Amino acid sequence: MIRRIEFDHQLDELRSLLQDMGKHMEEALANSVESLQTLDAEKAQAVIKNDVQLNNMEEQIMDIGSRLIVTQQPVAKDLRRILVAFRIASDLERMGDLARDVAKVTIRLQGQKLIKPLVDLPRMSDMVRAMVSESIESYLTENTDLAYKMAQDDDQVDHLYSVILQDLYSHLTSDPDSANQAMLLIMVGRYIERIADHATNIGESTVYLVTGHRPDLNQ
Amino acid sequence: MEQLNLGDSKGINRRRRSDQTLHMIFLACTSIGILVLMALIVTIVMDGVHRLSPELFTNFPSRIADKAGLKSPIVGTIYLLLLMAPLSFVLGVGAAIFLEEYAGRSRWVRLIQLNISTLAGVPSIIYGILGLAIFVRGMNLGRSLLSGVLTMTLLVLPIIIVAAQEALRAVPKNRRDASYALGATKWQTVSSAVLPSAIPGIMTGVILALSRAIGETAPLIMIGALTYVAFLPENLLDSFTVMPIQIFNWVSRPSEAFHELAASGIILLLIMLFIMNIAAVWIRNKYSKNI
Amino acid sequence: MESIIQIKKLNLYYDTYHALKNVDLDIPEKTVTAFIGPSGCGKSTLLRTLNRMNDMIPSTRIEGSVQIGGTEIYSEEVHVEALRKQVGMVFQQPNPFPKSIYDNIAYGPRLHGIRNKAELDQIVEQSLKQAVLWDEVKDYLKRSALSLSGGQQQRLCIARALAVQPDILLMDEATSALDPISTLKIEELVQELKSKYTIVMVTHNMHQAARVSGQTVFFLNGEVVESANTDTLFSTPSDARTEDYISGRFG
Repeated sequence: MIRRIEFDHQLDELRSLLQDMGKHMEEALANSVESLQTLDAEKAQAVIKNDVQLNNMEEQIMDIGSRLIVTQQPVAKDLRRILVAFRIASDLERMGDLARDVAKVTIRLQGQKLIKPLVDLPRMSDMVRAMVSESIESYLTENTDLAYKMAQDDDQVDHLYSVILQDLYSHLTSDPDSANQAMLLIMVGRYIERIADHATNIGESTVYLVTGHRPDLNQ
Repeated sequence: MEQLNLGDSKGINRRRRSDQTLHMIFLACTSIGILVLMALIVTIVMDGVHRLSPELFTNFPSRIADKAGLKSPIVGTIYLLLLMAPLSFVLGVGAAIFLEEYAGRSRWVRLIQLNISTLAGVPSIIYGILGLAIFVRGMNLGRSLLSGVLTMTLLVLPIIIVAAQEALRAVPKNRRDASYALGATKWQTVSSAVLPSAIPGIMTGVILALSRAIGETAPLIMIGALTYVAFLPENLLDSFTVMPIQIFNWVSRPSEAFHELAASGIILLLIMLFIMNIAAVWIRNKYSKNI
Repeated sequence: MESIIQIKKLNLYYDTYHALKNVDLDIPEKTVTAFIGPSGCGKSTLLRTLNRMNDMIPSTRIEGSVQIGGTEIYSEEVHVEALRKQVGMVFQQPNPFPKSIYDNIAYGPRLHGIRNKAELDQIVEQSLKQAVLWDEVKDYLKRSALSLSGGQQQRLCIARALAVQPDILLMDEATSALDPISTLKIEELVQELKSKYTIVMVTHNMHQAARVSGQTVFFLNGEVVESANTDTLFSTPSDARTEDYISGRFG
């Protein structure tokens, strides 16, 4: 059997880089929401600083992938592996930026007290973290069923977001002094919802990798 | 970086020495051959050069040395050549084309091939005996120029066939493929794509075969070429003689003068051979750019 | 697109060796079809079936049908010389005749009876133009073809094949022996020719097949494994063996 040992080795490197990126991203999301819950500025700063790591990892993946395209001239599934790695890295990098935006809200709320203890947002964050973990898993195991599940999970996240929106909106209208904070918290919800959309994109990329066709899981 | 060891070493010196030794041995072998040849030529020229004169061409052979010439043998040799050349060419090249391009590779064909190569090495006197039986007696052609031509043609035919086949074989297969792929028939391919490249090799082979033929004595004696011919053959059925026979005749006489005449005859023969070989080389060079 | 060549249940044997097994294939007209596959898979053998060059190998036996333009080419009435006028071939090693450039191109037409000098002149010019060689050699037509470079010689061979006005051009690894630039020139040439001729090319360079052809056929062990539109075959092949071969993970 003719093997392409060097090529396969490089493809494995791409996969483990993406796995690491996924973990980093999950941590960033967890830490940023935690920092918001306790208005912990230090924790928030750490998240903002660490975002640069995700950017570096995306660049690394782009470099390896480009080099592979030039030197190994991949076709069919091999080519899709590389193209998908580019897409997922890009999605994860954007997700990192969104987590960083959540941490920035913590900084902006410094000196204030939370208008209410955060319950739904952390729940939403947990759901989305699970989605991120599942989406990366579906990519690594090339499991299209798991990828299709993302669509349902995304619906649940959207539903939870609309509940949060309702709740915060009523705060906005009933207590004008808390308007600023309520709006910022609405934006946090929006950021987390966008992270869920990106995770669904990762699911779509997995389906493309396996079948060569793109489904639309983001109805 | 490590030093490259490019200097002396035991093994290399030994190998170089044996290389040089063999070089010397081969040179010596060649030199011996050339020296002997030179010695022969010089001896002949010294013996015969003062007998070279226009009379050699205008006088017939005679019992008197000073009046003797090579007119009839020269003419006989030339007639023989001129008649043999086209006949052996057509038959020989035709046979070669058939065997190489048309006949295939069955057992029978391979058997014929083997026999032809063997025939090229058969002693020439056998051809003489064959000629005597078939042409002189069997077909009643008598001891004529025609019998001589036919016999000598048989003699050179195997050589020409082998040389022509080699020349045809040397044309690469992909040239034939190109011709067939354009829609050529077999004959079109052979005549337009194969033969033009093979001609130099074929011509060289033919000329070399003919130059062997003009030096043959035994077969012509067998079929009865006379040794004392004081006339020129007028038609194909006339008697004739050729230069080697006349030379042979003169050499066997006791008189010194005739030995010198023989030497001058040999010089003429060598000159003819030389011219023929030069022609072969010239043809080869002229057409080799088309190979 | 109409298929100009239809191969049905073709089996070819060299003595007892079964070289082509039950080949069913349609080749569309005025497109470039590429045959790919590992060495010894039968792609060249099938190509040579299309102009009956296999006939010249004595132990060959054929079963099945090969129809070109609706005519069964292995029937008794077909003259092989006429077939080869319609179906031209260019070989892997450039093989111009040791004649002048003009005589090389005029060789084919002369075989088929064209003698008129004006007509031959026109055919030579047109063929050399089609092969994108005219400008390079138009002032040197009497020069020996062997004085041209390898890439030029191969274009000469293409012009020579086109001179008899075939409908189909077979190319048997025609760029394998050339340097990369000459190869690219000939690939460009093929793109231009496909509007007038049906081209079938055997190549061991998959990327060439991907660049140049519209339809690709993958052979393995004498069988057609997959035949598909080139873009499809190289992005989502339907057979795992095809995927393995084109990904270089082949054994």
